[in-house]
Amino acid sequence: MAEFKFPVDASQIMLFARSVGDNNPIYHDSEYASGTEVNGVVAPPTFVQASAQYDPKFPLRPTIGKPWFGSGKEATGTPKPKEQPKEKSEKKSSDSARMLHAEQQYIYHKPIRPGDELSVTTKRGNSWEKEGRRGGTMSFSETITEFRDSKGELVVTATSVGVTTGKAVSQD
Amino acid sequence: MALNASTLKIGDTHEELVAENLSRTQIVQYAGASGDYMPLHTDEVYAREIAGYPGVFAHGMLSMGATGTMLTNWVGDGRLTQYSARFTRQVWPGDDLLAKATITNIIKENGETLAEMDVLTTNQDGQSVISGKATARIDA
Repeated sequence: MAEFKFPVDASQIMLFARSVGDNNPIYHDSEYASGTEVNGVVAPPTFVQASAQYDPKFPLRPTIGKPWFGSGKEATGTPKPKEQPKEKSEKKSSDSARMLHAEQQYIYHKPIRPGDELSVTTKRGNSWEKEGRRGGTMSFSETITEFRDSKGELVVTATSVGVTTGKAVSQD
Repeated sequence: MALNASTLKIGDTHEELVAENLSRTQIVQYAGASGDYMPLHTDEVYAREIAGYPGVFAHGMLSMGATGTMLTNWVGDGRLTQYSARFTRQVWPGDDLLAKATITNIIKENGETLAEMDVLTTNQDGQSVISGKATARIDA
């Protein structure tokens, strides 16, 4: 179980809404938003994903001073002793490349607003395996994340299902 | 702006084109905003040479976020009580995404009226990329 704080600010909400192609003024125009039912700027439905920015252990963000697995001089930034991609099959890959997001669920308890400081707690849920047609043996695992406000009240409950596939998911 | 139980019925639908010719830049924009810098989505060289994919593809959560735009435009801001998605197919640069919600049930719960809906987002070939569900508070 991990725990960290997620401070919510207006810029982050605006940038997140832009990135999903949503130009609804409720996400950036406080004057407009104050005259609506929600009475102020609120965050879009999938906004809590941005909490990853504040998760000290989030693995999908380059860490200053540490090698990163994206490409720089070489196609992989993290040399792995067991793997020599240049000599072996080009298709050979690390586990991280096989990790995909299979499902996501949100339960909304109250709106998220700029100025909120959310407490984020994460726990593991179920895990299971399945033979897939397009991706080989697939291992699923569930992560449940609770976002609570300063009063300790639930704001959003997020359940994510990740899948590690045996091979690159084919397109047919 | 919110939906009303007196005019809404099971089978009613709403659809919006939530992405058109999706760009690699928007995928990078989503990576920056969400903090998910997974190179599968942001690094063409890595996606091809290391991961064995034809190239970068969008975060599933970008498609779920874009689909959320259709939902909030229809049900109103702050009205969703639940939203879930299964990522059924990858979304590639150049894809168009059509997001559609269909009312499956209208119920009363704890003094509130809720509309339950199926959510389906398809690409330009009509293939499902997101299959999900949502629930929203509507006016009685």
